[in-house]
Amino acid sequence: MNEPVLRLEGLRKNFGSLVVTDDVTLDILPGEMHAIIGPNGAGKTTLINQISGLIPPDEGKVLFAGADVTTQPPETRAMRGLSRSFQITSILPGFPVLENVALAVQARDGSSLRFFGRAADEAALNIPAMAALKQTGIADRAYLPAGELSHGEKRALELAIALAMKPRLLLLDEPMAGIGREETERLVALLLSLKGQFTMILVEHDMAAVFALADRISVLIRGRLLTTGSPQQVRNDPQVIAAYLGEQME
Amino acid sequence: MSGTLFLIQTLNGLQLGVLLFLVAAGLTLVFGVMDFINLAHGVQYMLGAYLAVTFYGVIGNFLAALVLGLLASLGFGLLLEFLVFRHLYDRDHLDQVIATFGIILFLNHAVKQIWGAAPLTLPVPEYFTGSVVLMGGLLYPVWRLVIIGSGLAVAAILYALVTFTRTGMLVRAGATNARMVSALGINIERLFMIVFGFGTMLAGFAGIMIAPIISVEPGMGTNILILALVVIVIGGIGSIRGAFLAALLIGLVDTLGRSFSVDVLRLMMGPSPARVVGPALASMLIYLLMAVVLYLRPAGLFPARGR
Amino acid sequence: MTGAAVATSNSARPLRLTRNVVRPAVIFSAFALVPLIAWLGAEKYLLDVGARIMVFAIAAVALDLLVGYSGLISFGHAAFVGLGAYAVGILSAQGIGEGLIALPVAIAVSALFAWLTGIVCLRTKGAYFIMITLAFGQMVYFIATSLAPYGGDDGLTIAARNTIARLPLLTSDRAFYYFTLVCLLATYVLCRRLVASRFGRVLRGAKENATRTATIGFNVRQFQLVAYVIAGALGGFSGFLLANLTEFVAPTYMSWQQSGELLVMVILGGAGSLDGAIIGSIVYLVADEWLSGLIENWQVIFGPILVLVVLFARGGLLGVSSRLWRLGHE
Repeated sequence: MNEPVLRLEGLRKNFGSLVVTDDVTLDILPGEMHAIIGPNGAGKTTLINQISGLIPPDEGKVLFAGADVTTQPPETRAMRGLSRSFQITSILPGFPVLENVALAVQARDGSSLRFFGRAADEAALNIPAMAALKQTGIADRAYLPAGELSHGEKRALELAIALAMKPRLLLLDEPMAGIGREETERLVALLLSLKGQFTMILVEHDMAAVFALADRISVLIRGRLLTTGSPQQVRNDPQVIAAYLGEQME
Repeated sequence: MSGTLFLIQTLNGLQLGVLLFLVAAGLTLVFGVMDFINLAHGVQYMLGAYLAVTFYGVIGNFLAALVLGLLASLGFGLLLEFLVFRHLYDRDHLDQVIATFGIILFLNHAVKQIWGAAPLTLPVPEYFTGSVVLMGGLLYPVWRLVIIGSGLAVAAILYALVTFTRTGMLVRAGATNARMVSALGINIERLFMIVFGFGTMLAGFAGIMIAPIISVEPGMGTNILILALVVIVIGGIGSIRGAFLAALLIGLVDTLGRSFSVDVLRLMMGPSPARVVGPALASMLIYLLMAVVLYLRPAGLFPARGR
Repeated sequence: MTGAAVATSNSARPLRLTRNVVRPAVIFSAFALVPLIAWLGAEKYLLDVGARIMVFAIAAVALDLLVGYSGLISFGHAAFVGLGAYAVGILSAQGIGEGLIALPVAIAVSALFAWLTGIVCLRTKGAYFIMITLAFGQMVYFIATSLAPYGGDDGLTIAARNTIARLPLLTSDRAFYYFTLVCLLATYVLCRRLVASRFGRVLRGAKENATRTATIGFNVRQFQLVAYVIAGALGGFSGFLLANLTEFVAPTYMSWQQSGELLVMVILGGAGSLDGAIIGSIVYLVADEWLSGLIENWQVIFGPILVLVVLFARGGLLGVSSRLWRLGHE
């Protein structure tokens, strides 16, 4: 019954002669919050991009919910239930906040080859969208152009879009990047409340958040998976401390 | 379909190819390094021809007209860069297209206003008039050989410059990632000006060299521009090597296609339908080629910007 | 600033009401009044120019779907207009002058061409896309010039305007004008709905941020292809009207200059609003008529004006006017 939601088999990616992903094999178990940590340049975002389909791996396989999605484009993986937020905020700045999320709901609400009828008036799209905005705490911003949001609010919008996709797997690429203490705490609380409901991969530098949230942690050093284990194990692993945590934890 | 005709048309195709390369080289560099769509590049070619005709009218010496024409083209190109293009590098492609379209309109009609609409001519320089016997029975105009030769020479010089000089390396780097080059502290504005100026001169040179063969008239830049665009799209934006190979390919396909389409089709259908379908197919040929290439390789054969 | 990002707030803000209802109402009322003004004098001329403006406005509105709402800058849009026109011309030359046949053929041919070339073009991005659409437009142009039996370079005169169900309903200039007005209105309403629909939202999302829209789960290229075909079909519609208006078809209808002019009309009015495409057509063609009467080479003036508009008047006339409005109300 513990069929992994995501299985990476021997993923390899080179940019020229630079090895960015070095034989990564990893299982993500259903319902877990799995953190991936590592120094800058370890290849975390490239790994996420290979999982979500923006970059094809040179070798290896990506198996999602039992299916081999290695050659499938991002939109197909998204429709299978793979949802992601971006490290560098990627929203639709000219759209109102609500419409950003409504678009995500629309992808899952039947055909979008509908040419008549105002999409903006569809309650079937707006209600779930509003619910996602409430969950991430930015419902009061619903009608503003998304470009006018503060940085922290945009990160929340990213998360709302990801949630509205009713994901089987949520990829969170540095969601705490560049937001203040208070908003970080709010985001951690939100993610804690989502634990168990969604399977999540969390790429993060904020160690306090990682140790508060993660069920398991994988450590990526120079594209290679050094180890995977519980927060306790990873925290005390001498190799990990030498390569990465030593610098992080004072 | 005689063998001699085939050889002549092959040489003509090479000549067209070389000419296209001269125009396309500047276009692809400007595009690759500055991400700037310069539709007005064709008018540089046209201006080169017109300026050379004017200088020749005054001086009477082709070489002098060539040199002065090149310098004047360069000057004019830099003036355009300073007045207009410089302000467009940051703008999106649509704005660049509309603005350069406006410049084409302006220059095509300004030329008509100044020089009149009637076609002008430039005589072939004395030393190179007439034809030469290449092999048994094959008579070929000397000037066309000069064009081929000078075009290949320029290609070689360009290749050497881009591969072996520091500026050339910066140009290649800029074509791959302009922002990075700028972030390294290189004076990107000066680099742009050099690239732009060079491209302008190449186009002007092409215009001057072809002037003795075709008629110099307003709008002559348009057809060559479209062909050059097809060349750089097939060759890959930002790649000199791509532009060279694609230019030769297009020159040959277009010339040979136009000469022999009717004959080839006559073998498949009757002479009458062949005479109708032939020219139509011939004019479509390079676009079909482009469609096939882009279908297989959406970024051209040798894209400078590696993904 | 663009009409593409329409807020979905329940409160009706006065600016939005103006944009969505009042402005098009003004435009179409103006068009409807022209024949009455024309009746007072210079009738044929005004009706001719007015119809011409509306015919190109249809093509421009279609192009705005691509440029302003999908982020697809097509420099080959005139090809669809030309194909539609030649459908009318060739059928007429073959003895078929019935509009109920010519119109569907014109639209079908353009749509098919859009589909086939769209499949190739949409594999490319950005500048490549612009250039490949330009090249395909040229391809159609050269095919037309080599069609010796149909006039080649010189073009083809059409015996008479199409009949509708065998009735010569389009022969009178006034009737043709109103017919064209209805066609423009229908095109405009269609495109307005398209843009606000689910389909339109995906297109607009892809224009805003294509990666985001794809990772939400949309096959962006598929949607863009549909938009391209619709725009092509509407272009063919415009070509059908153009051929009937002038009773003449020529390769210049599909020249790259014509494609450029269509882009200019869209930009001049302001891309991404549909109204802008109509306003741009009015301004451009009126200027063309007026200036070409004054100076033979009027492009010498218009070219620099275009450059200045690009450099200093972003968003075209609608962009400038909305900025002025905001300044006035602060």
